[in-house]
Amino acid sequence: MSTEMTTMNAAEELLGEAPSGLNLDKAVRYGGLLALSMIFVSLVGMVVGLDSRQILYWINPDVYVNHPGGVGISLGDIALFMWPLLLGAAVGNEVVLEGMVGRKRGVGDLLNGFVVGAVGGLGVAFMTMLMGWDREVDPDNGVADYGLRDPLVNWNEELYILLTFNRGWAFALWAWPLVGGVLAAVGASLRLMPDGIRKAAVAAVVAIVSVSIFQFLVDDLFEGVGETIADPGRLSNFFNDDPGAGRERVDSVFDGLIEFIYAQRGGLRLQGVILVGVAAAGLSLVGSYVTRGRVTKARKDYFDTPLPERTKSTAALMVLVSLALLILPFFTGKIVNELLANVGIFLLLALGLNIVVGLAGILDLGYVAFFAVGGYTTAILTSAGRGDAWPDWIPLFVNDGEPVLGGWLVALVIVMILAALTGLLIGAPVIRMRGDYLAIVTLGFGEIIRLLFLSDWLSGYFGGAQGITNIEGADFGPLGTVTGVNPRSVFYLVIVFSAIAIYISWRLEHSRLGRAWMAIREDESVAEAMGINTVNMKLMAFVVGAVLASFSGAIFSAKVGSIFPTSFLILVSIIILVVVIVGGMGNIMGVIVGSLVLIGVLGGPKQPGLLQEFSEYKLLIYGALLIWMMLKRPEGLVPNVRRSRELHQDEFLQDAWLKGEVDTDDEDGEVATEVAPA
Amino acid sequence: MSERILDIKNLSVTFGGLHALRDLNFHVDEGEIVGVIGPNGAGKTTFFNMISGMVTPTSGDILFEGESLIGLDPNQVTQRGISRTFQNVRLFANMTIAENVMVAQHCRTKQGVWGSLFNTPAFRKEEREIREHAEKVLGFFGTRLIGYRLEQPASVLSYANRRRLEIARAMATSPRLLLLDEPVAGMNPKESAELTDLIGKLRSEWGFTIVMIEHDMNVVRDVSDRVVCLDHGETLAQGSFEEVSNDPEVIEAYLGRPLEKRDAS
Amino acid sequence: MTAAVKVKGAQRTGVDWFLLFMRITLISFIGIGLVAFVAQQIDPTNPWATFWHGEEGASTLDWPQFQGLVVTGLSQGAMYGLIALGYSMVYGVLGFINFAHGEVFMIAAFTGFIMSTKFDEAGWWEGGVFIPAMILTIIVATIVSTFVAVIMERVAYRPLRGSPRLIPLITSIGVSFFLQNAVILLFGPGAKGYATFPDWLDKDRVNIWQIGTSDTGIPEYLFSIENKKLMVIVVAAISMAALWYFVERTKTGKAMRAVAEDKEIASLMGIDVDRTIVTTFAVGGAMAGIAGILWGILFKSVIATTGFLPGIKAFTAAVVGGVGNLGGAMAGGVSLGGAEALAPLMVLDPWGITGPSQLRDAVVFTLLILVLLIKPTGLFGERLSSEDRA
Repeated sequence: MSTEMTTMNAAEELLGEAPSGLNLDKAVRYGGLLALSMIFVSLVGMVVGLDSRQILYWINPDVYVNHPGGVGISLGDIALFMWPLLLGAAVGNEVVLEGMVGRKRGVGDLLNGFVVGAVGGLGVAFMTMLMGWDREVDPDNGVADYGLRDPLVNWNEELYILLTFNRGWAFALWAWPLVGGVLAAVGASLRLMPDGIRKAAVAAVVAIVSVSIFQFLVDDLFEGVGETIADPGRLSNFFNDDPGAGRERVDSVFDGLIEFIYAQRGGLRLQGVILVGVAAAGLSLVGSYVTRGRVTKARKDYFDTPLPERTKSTAALMVLVSLALLILPFFTGKIVNELLANVGIFLLLALGLNIVVGLAGILDLGYVAFFAVGGYTTAILTSAGRGDAWPDWIPLFVNDGEPVLGGWLVALVIVMILAALTGLLIGAPVIRMRGDYLAIVTLGFGEIIRLLFLSDWLSGYFGGAQGITNIEGADFGPLGTVTGVNPRSVFYLVIVFSAIAIYISWRLEHSRLGRAWMAIREDESVAEAMGINTVNMKLMAFVVGAVLASFSGAIFSAKVGSIFPTSFLILVSIIILVVVIVGGMGNIMGVIVGSLVLIGVLGGPKQPGLLQEFSEYKLLIYGALLIWMMLKRPEGLVPNVRRSRELHQDEFLQDAWLKGEVDTDDEDGEVATEVAPA
Repeated sequence: MSERILDIKNLSVTFGGLHALRDLNFHVDEGEIVGVIGPNGAGKTTFFNMISGMVTPTSGDILFEGESLIGLDPNQVTQRGISRTFQNVRLFANMTIAENVMVAQHCRTKQGVWGSLFNTPAFRKEEREIREHAEKVLGFFGTRLIGYRLEQPASVLSYANRRRLEIARAMATSPRLLLLDEPVAGMNPKESAELTDLIGKLRSEWGFTIVMIEHDMNVVRDVSDRVVCLDHGETLAQGSFEEVSNDPEVIEAYLGRPLEKRDAS
Repeated sequence: MTAAVKVKGAQRTGVDWFLLFMRITLISFIGIGLVAFVAQQIDPTNPWATFWHGEEGASTLDWPQFQGLVVTGLSQGAMYGLIALGYSMVYGVLGFINFAHGEVFMIAAFTGFIMSTKFDEAGWWEGGVFIPAMILTIIVATIVSTFVAVIMERVAYRPLRGSPRLIPLITSIGVSFFLQNAVILLFGPGAKGYATFPDWLDKDRVNIWQIGTSDTGIPEYLFSIENKKLMVIVVAAISMAALWYFVERTKTGKAMRAVAEDKEIASLMGIDVDRTIVTTFAVGGAMAGIAGILWGILFKSVIATTGFLPGIKAFTAAVVGGVGNLGGAMAGGVSLGGAEALAPLMVLDPWGITGPSQLRDAVVFTLLILVLLIKPTGLFGERLSSEDRA
């Protein structure tokens, strides 16, 4: 198109001669940032704390059990060495507008990267020098104190040894700039590589790290599949996980492969690294050759299809994913199933919050209150251990220490009604407030409800700090009883409810109500002037969200078997918010991805994730993720087209202008005919 | 042109001692097009805000079809049959053009959670009707806002088209009285002439009664049955365009601006 | 919409009725509680008291106890007020709640802890050098908290200027989370005790007018205040006065008010908006820094979660006093502190609520809700630009 051509020419003219790429000023600044990042990561203890989890072993761990210099690359090493790679790559980052030609890249960029890494490395080396000053004289001296040891818990010998590669600070002083520089240059070189190779390299690294991180899952899954091949009969047991504590290891066809790839506890053997890396890189290369951009095109087509026509392919995709999810727990053991059940509980919460925050734009920080209401109501109705103060006419669905058939479902109906009422009670006073006041006041309500559950005053009802114990599971007759003892059963229950929640969100989003919510999110006072009763509509979103959260609470209560006020801290609200935001506000797929990645891998507020080593650091990571997402990618990992438009309106308009999609006043009719797709 | 659709009695509003409107008396008959003119800061937009329920008057009464609007929320006013546009175009920028118009039919439709969850026949029928009505309303502006544009976000529209879309959105609420706040501001002469025509058609084809704030005297002259001039929150003059434009007080308030402008165009 | 309360409500909706009901319930709950409190002071076995508390009747509060509660409330309230200033100023200028402001306060309290233990090791935390050491501690903590606030603005908030208004709020939640957990990881999760303060500060009291002796032989005074609480109130008052002078009388302060009113116009008038915003954060951070040390003096220990609740309470204080209104923030802080200290015994206890002090935080949140329901612009009126009010 002619307009585009002129734009490109103009861009080239504007840029003129390409600069060499070396930008010392910027590189030194990034280097400083790098040094700070690495020192921070070291001092919060991630380097030492995560060192126990190996990603790959250089040396076969069976041979050297306690190799002093470390036997491979650990998560701690990654936490440290990823910074030079990332910042090395970031230093070459430039904004290139669509339709313009980027600067030619060359050796200058590599040099830039090297300087970043060298400066950063020097920073770390300087710290090790400070730490080890006395040791040079006498190795028995500990780490120099300077009065830092007392407040800083991680200023210790272990860190010193790790940071100096166990060779003293004199070695670190020249090795660190070199290592940092080379790594950062490697990072910078990513931008020099041809697209295909870069993608392959990234694919290989991602594959290696994830195969290692998911070792437990992979191991468990393969073992389960192997067992099933040996004994297909075990599939018939629908709700119950295998009886007894832990399965016995059965020899299976996959044992050889697992043994080949993994050393102990998640670490890959070198051969495994090569196998996985080559496989991933190969797949990426071959894949891109075979499909030649057809996948990208298919994806683009999918997102360009107007919504009504898209529903069919979406439904097909959904069915596929849910089938895979349904089958998965049959092949995995208790620990993985427990994890999946936790993911499900938080997914359900996140889906509810997504309606409130993502669709209606109400920032509810007291969302945990509805989770608590669901949990406590279920507990009161299904636990013989509930407080004595309850009058007899409040039903109790327990018979001789056994749950009553269908009792949980009846309780659920009551839970739903109570949650809706709580939603109205909390929602009514806050719904007219400014968005940010609303956030704090809902947070206050969340705390009030928790404090009431905790108080001595109402302990006859809610048990105070002792909570309510002996909650019975949900009895579904022939299908079995859902309890925490059988995480698989919890998983299925939660999946059913998540499916319901997804259906509800999806239907509501594309209805009269969804449009009204969107309008409110965009401009509340105009929405009101256009005849939308904003108060009622917002209350409705609030209540729908509350009911979904209460379902999650009901399942949680049946799963855990006992609940305490400490399960319902504000922290829970915030973690759910992080899940929704990281996944992508207003996007169901995003929420699913968000809960799988965050709750599944890092873990929930109290629930461990796949990476148990992270449990200490996960809250820090959540905080950092939240900041980073808001700054760099507020639309989330899986963006909702509309939401990202809203958050990047300037860029979006610029792109649209460059593509000639924005109509201009003068040539109204002409543009319309020119751009209209055939 | 007999029945009074809107009757405003002794309307006043003060913002912290400042009289935005003082003792305004004003009426609109069924099927009329009334132009409201006046220099900047005369209280014209406040006047609209008050009719549409966004500002509560300090004293006085607003009767719409014989019933008072005082104390109603904006959405209730819209429900009663008054709809408006905004001086500084305020579209739902990230919703599509179709959605902008569809959402405006909110108060004329009633399907709730139940219908949308179970996709009932009534829900499907209503959705279809909403869509058809939206396309009909957009079709009023020719080909500009329909076809492939339906699914584009409102933010890509040109300024003139945004104004058109805003009018379409107001039309979609099925009002009896339409308040247009500077409908042709920022348009070129050709476009504003075209829109002037359309405003006439809004009455003849759609049966709306229209009150319009406008600075462009050509538009006011061409389309208004009656003109009201406001200044400092008070009515300076009412009557036909000729009467008002020759009123010495009005000319003074404007410092002769209407005449100049006529010469210029 | 700003219109939270309809002036003339010809048409009340269900929500309006519900809110009216809620307001009436809350106010009568408080009113009846207060009346019942007076009644049980006069006669602990009046019918109301025996109904709620059983045959023995309610326990009464004597003057020294009451006065002690008031003093505690005042001193904590003064601290909340100092933190509230930061919330209030940032909200006035940028129009968002800086959720992480509580962490700035916590970091200052932490700095104070580190300084105090180091001074103690050096033997400077007693005798004649205590006062200079204390002043130095305050200065260092203030510098650290100012620095943290400024960095926070630069890294997390400046790139977000002009984005939808909930985005910076969510970011600040992230910042708060991050700082809190970074402190836990850097310094350990436990509570950190300050070095012991000298007795003249920590234990001694100012007593005025002995009115009698208690049963155990301890003299009772009409008015008695611990030196530390007195010091907290005095320091807070001085800081407040200094801030008032800064904002109202200096050129930078005027620039701040101009930016709060309208950023665009202010920049057209030659005011460096970026620098003014940084100054706002810095001043707010400095106030939080002083408050952090005052916390240390009052409670003698600090933990990474110290910032969270006082932060929210301080925000509540800012809202109660009227956001953007500096005098209001201080007044809001003091009334909040008072309510927090007195309400459990004066309102909740007469209703027969056992363990009323457990519900102290709930009282604060209820107060926030009540103020926003009845007078959303705060008791002393907010001062915001029109764009922030919308």
